[in-house]
Amino acid sequence: MAKVRKGIEVSIAMSEAVAQANVDVIAAYPITPQTHIVEHLSEIVAEGHLDAEYVPVESEHSAMSVCCGSAAVGARTFTSTSSQGLALMSEIFTIAAAMRLPVVMALANRSLSSPLSIWNDHSDVMSVRDAGWIHVFVESGQESYDHVFTSFRIAEDPAVMLPVAINLDGFILTHMIEPIEYEDDETIRKYLPDVKMKNALHPDSPVSMGCFGMPEIYTEAQMHRQVGVVNSYGTIVKAWQEWGDLTGRYYRPVETYRTDDADYCIVTMGSYGETAMEVVDSLRGEGEKVGVIKLRLWRPFPFEDFRREALGKKTLIVVDRAISFGGPGGPVASELRSALYGVPGAPKIVNYVAGLAGRDVARVDFRNIILEGKAKAEKGDTDGFTLYGVRG
Amino acid sequence: MQEIRFHGRGGQGAVTSAELIAIAAINKGKFAQAFPSFGPERRGAPVVAFCRVDDRKILIRAKVYRPDVVIVLDSGLLELLDPTEGMHDGGVLILNTKKKASDVVNVAGRNIRVATVDANTIAHEELGRVIVNTTMLGAFVKATGLLGIDDIKGPLLDRFGAKLGARNLKALERAFQEVTIV
Repeated sequence: MAKVRKGIEVSIAMSEAVAQANVDVIAAYPITPQTHIVEHLSEIVAEGHLDAEYVPVESEHSAMSVCCGSAAVGARTFTSTSSQGLALMSEIFTIAAAMRLPVVMALANRSLSSPLSIWNDHSDVMSVRDAGWIHVFVESGQESYDHVFTSFRIAEDPAVMLPVAINLDGFILTHMIEPIEYEDDETIRKYLPDVKMKNALHPDSPVSMGCFGMPEIYTEAQMHRQVGVVNSYGTIVKAWQEWGDLTGRYYRPVETYRTDDADYCIVTMGSYGETAMEVVDSLRGEGEKVGVIKLRLWRPFPFEDFRREALGKKTLIVVDRAISFGGPGGPVASELRSALYGVPGAPKIVNYVAGLAGRDVARVDFRNIILEGKAKAEKGDTDGFTLYGVRG
Repeated sequence: MQEIRFHGRGGQGAVTSAELIAIAAINKGKFAQAFPSFGPERRGAPVVAFCRVDDRKILIRAKVYRPDVVIVLDSGLLELLDPTEGMHDGGVLILNTKKKASDVVNVAGRNIRVATVDANTIAHEELGRVIVNTTMLGAFVKATGLLGIDDIKGPLLDRFGAKLGARNLKALERAFQEVTIV
């Protein structure tokens, strides 16, 4: 097996991964900061390096509509969007999950208007959290590349048949040049062979999809989706394990750094995890018993994995990248509070929302959040959330 | 870790410079990042680009606040900003100017080396256009020793193709020869 290490923009590496995954259909509309991914894919197809249909639609609503159609006939299907694009496609986004269509999307996370902003946070993905997609968060270019393959493998597994969103922080990852190790095509073919999907639309074996549902069937259809999302967990873990066995790069639903003897932990999701690790290293040098818990899998939510890592800690300081206005705090903290509610000995949770619309969160900010958060927990000040760095 | 900040104007190729350094370092087996100060492209407006190079995996994903090296592609920017902001002691400031360093920037009392090169003239003569990003890489190589010209040659030819790449390489080599370091 030949690996090639390249210095390359993460968006370009991701589009090359999509080509290596031998997709059949790409339907997308360009929107910052996802644009480089689909632009480069259109070049790859136009230059004949990938035998696929690239459908340059007129809107994101149409992009997801085309993706639903192509996945329904059993074609391996990819799209990518961000922010307002996701908002525009949200009607069909939900349908993709309901119809159990294994579309894979690179969701280059960006804030939602208004004010109009092109920069990164997690407000876009949180707006479609409950649609029934599998949501994975990556924190580096390597992970962005790797998860293209694992996500198709998961989505198309007959036991899953659900769309997967690979959430990568816009600009922070999409526009970053860094080293990425490519696997060779033979390795990819072995891990991700072409599949023949059961129940694909075909004139010889007609099936109905996306029908009208009377009250007598709607509840059962929702239960079907719920069971499908929950049960995808086993396939996800297995797909990541096998990818690790093949490449040496292992992924888990909840990952940790220096947590074994930690009294308290910072919890992150997405590209902030790496900066948090570096800051934890420096605080460890000062005697702080702090670690990092990183959520990779957002849906299905990995309750057991999270509780295993969280229990025994005194405090969790959760950094969210979106607000639930008028609600209890950021979406991640809400989830973690709910996951630990009533569990004996559960840690206190202090919630910060930071880095909205690309406001830089530097080492000093992580340090402030960790130390202030610890002090808040000690005072019992654990309600709601703090919007970090907001000016009066 | 070496942290590098570029100041330029939209369209001058500051981001390309940062990318070429990062790719050259990665090709040598090092770890590196290159990224723009994210935002909409605006030709002529002041822009910033960043680069990090290290022997170990780089974890930080914030902007560069404490640069070891600052490269200014357009000396007109010196009227708008302080290029030495946040610079480490022992850092290197690399300016594109015909003037003497002491006439354009005040680093008195600070432990900062200043390198100057007339990249406009070199680029005009070698490329026929005053696009100085690759020329300035020659001054960067000489002033920092972080990479060699041979390290940058490959990525440069990949980016610009054989013909244009060779002209850019010549401009880079001239800047390497002509840069003055105080």
